[in-house]
Amino acid sequence: MQFFFEVLIGGLLSGVLYALVALGFVLIYKASGVFNFAQGAMVFFAALTFVGFLEILPGWTGWEEGGRAVFWLAFVLSLAAMVVLAIATEKFVLRPLVNQPPITLFMATIGLTFLVEGIAQGIWGANVRGLNLGIADVPIEYMMDNFNILISSFDVFAAAVAAVLVAALALFFQYTRIGRALRAVADDHQAALSIGIPLRHIWVIVWAVAGFVALVAGMIWGARNGVQFALTFTALKALPVLILGGFTSVPGAIVGGLIIGASEKLAEVYVGPFVGGGIESWFPYILALGFLLFRPEGLFGEKHIDRV
Amino acid sequence: MLYREAGQFKASYEADQQIFPILQDRIGVLLLIGFFALAVPLFADQYWLKAILIPVLIFSLAAIGLNILTGYAGQLSLGSAAFMAVGAFGAYNFMLRIDGMPFLVAILLGGLCAALVGVMFGLPSLRIKGFYLAVATLAAQFFIVWALVKIEWFSNYSSSGVITAQEIEILGFAFDGPQSKYLLTLFVVVVMALLAKNMVRSTTGRSWMAVRDMDVAAEVIGIRLMRTKLTAFAVSSFYCGVAGALYAYTYIGTVEPEGFNLDLSFKILFMIIIGGVGSIMGSFLGAAFIVLLPIALDVFVPMLLGDLVSSSFVSNLQLIVFGGLIVFFLIVEPHGLARLWQIGKEKLRLWPFPH
Repeated sequence: MQFFFEVLIGGLLSGVLYALVALGFVLIYKASGVFNFAQGAMVFFAALTFVGFLEILPGWTGWEEGGRAVFWLAFVLSLAAMVVLAIATEKFVLRPLVNQPPITLFMATIGLTFLVEGIAQGIWGANVRGLNLGIADVPIEYMMDNFNILISSFDVFAAAVAAVLVAALALFFQYTRIGRALRAVADDHQAALSIGIPLRHIWVIVWAVAGFVALVAGMIWGARNGVQFALTFTALKALPVLILGGFTSVPGAIVGGLIIGASEKLAEVYVGPFVGGGIESWFPYILALGFLLFRPEGLFGEKHIDRV
Repeated sequence: MLYREAGQFKASYEADQQIFPILQDRIGVLLLIGFFALAVPLFADQYWLKAILIPVLIFSLAAIGLNILTGYAGQLSLGSAAFMAVGAFGAYNFMLRIDGMPFLVAILLGGLCAALVGVMFGLPSLRIKGFYLAVATLAAQFFIVWALVKIEWFSNYSSSGVITAQEIEILGFAFDGPQSKYLLTLFVVVVMALLAKNMVRSTTGRSWMAVRDMDVAAEVIGIRLMRTKLTAFAVSSFYCGVAGALYAYTYIGTVEPEGFNLDLSFKILFMIIIGGVGSIMGSFLGAAFIVLLPIALDVFVPMLLGDLVSSSFVSNLQLIVFGGLIVFFLIVEPHGLARLWQIGKEKLRLWPFPH
């Protein structure tokens, strides 16, 4: 039973990370109707930029390496890079493609994926880099002693960051002027335009926010597995989360992430050995597919109504 | 002046229902096929045949398959490479396990296997639409590749699922050189492309297009959704499967399931987007473009920049140029190369008196 809980909690915590990436998808899909395949590349780009700045900043500024000042300056600069990326994307990709069918926009984001990956590696090089956020990856002793369950403190930290991020986003969407505008655009593009909400600014903002989420996700994933090209595959982990939770729902992304994370790990441990292992690659998709057969728009997605 | 249909009267039903109703088109297609079947094998060298022409033909076939599903029936799929894998492994097993199996029959049977699997993974399309379906087809992509690696029977118990295609022999003639393999590929591709061209203007094709444009409306006018969508999945997977079998037998020779990964699926998707969604001609143009682009970049980038840059920079630059070109193409011509071709034809019709 302890083993079961250990796997379950480990799965839930990794599910939080999937949810973080899925969140970036949802934000963009809600506001602009674009299925942004480049989110994984954005995670990679953000993490690589952050690590790159961490490396070169001490040389530029003379500050001590690994210090707090360097960390925050690198964070701010990476965020600025994501904002620049958002502006460039809006200007050069989205604006010329306004009114194109969704599949064209989807393809454009796949093109954007290659572009961003190439630029990221072109600037910072393709080496695998370690990233130390100063959070120890050791089992929490309290849980170890009392329940004999092994939980990494790093995973808990990641989950806490994700929770804070989601709460902050929820507040941002609910109580700020921009947040209200974003929700209006998500509800109805034309109505939002007609009451004077500038669509272009909204898109830039929402891509920048998605970039911010990508940066946080990239830092956590990167600290865990190293900053490397494999970060782009986080997008593939986030897709089943998305269809399970629904493309348009922030809570859906979180709940979906938890379900996928937990069931994937449990399936790998309990079902995997019988069929030869390695089922993590497809199990989430089949699971999500099962859910979809009963709710074709995901758990929390908007009900789709066809008008003829 | 040359390309004009004035004066070509259709006096019989046969004349009215030809695949290429305009005389110049018929001549053009025949010339094109003649050129690729007769002139090319004589003059092209081994490298061109092996590394460019054969893959372009095979990918064209796969792109036609995906185009039938996505371009004509409107069901976005990201799993075409997996259906190619089913075709390749199906054909391999038929050749392996049945003595004296004719090659052409084996690849068709491989295609049929792919069609069956395609129908299975097409079933969710009855409930799920749009991007949800696209992500759901990823399930096929990952599951099939996984199954081909893990179930060792499919690869005759070789390590990590690698198979080596058997020698091709038809009626005692061994297809072992690049020339003969090229001709064989060309034959299969041309026949299947003409069949596809014919199919998309038949009842089946028209009901696909009706479903693509709006499935509820199509249902209302009496098109059976289930049958239409599933035939689209079946035919599309059949084409992909045959392409996969050719990929294994006439192009690569030794394939592993991991070779049919998501990247390949995306490549095929790029082909139809750049070539033109909903166009058989576009599938060929797109395949040629996507196969030739990396080769061209390989050749020209070092030539232009010389030794100034490292090879890792060149590979990154390729990514950037590739991604940039895709975005550029989508912006400039969202309907693909086939649309440019069509515009060219319209212009040619009016030439030299456009007013």
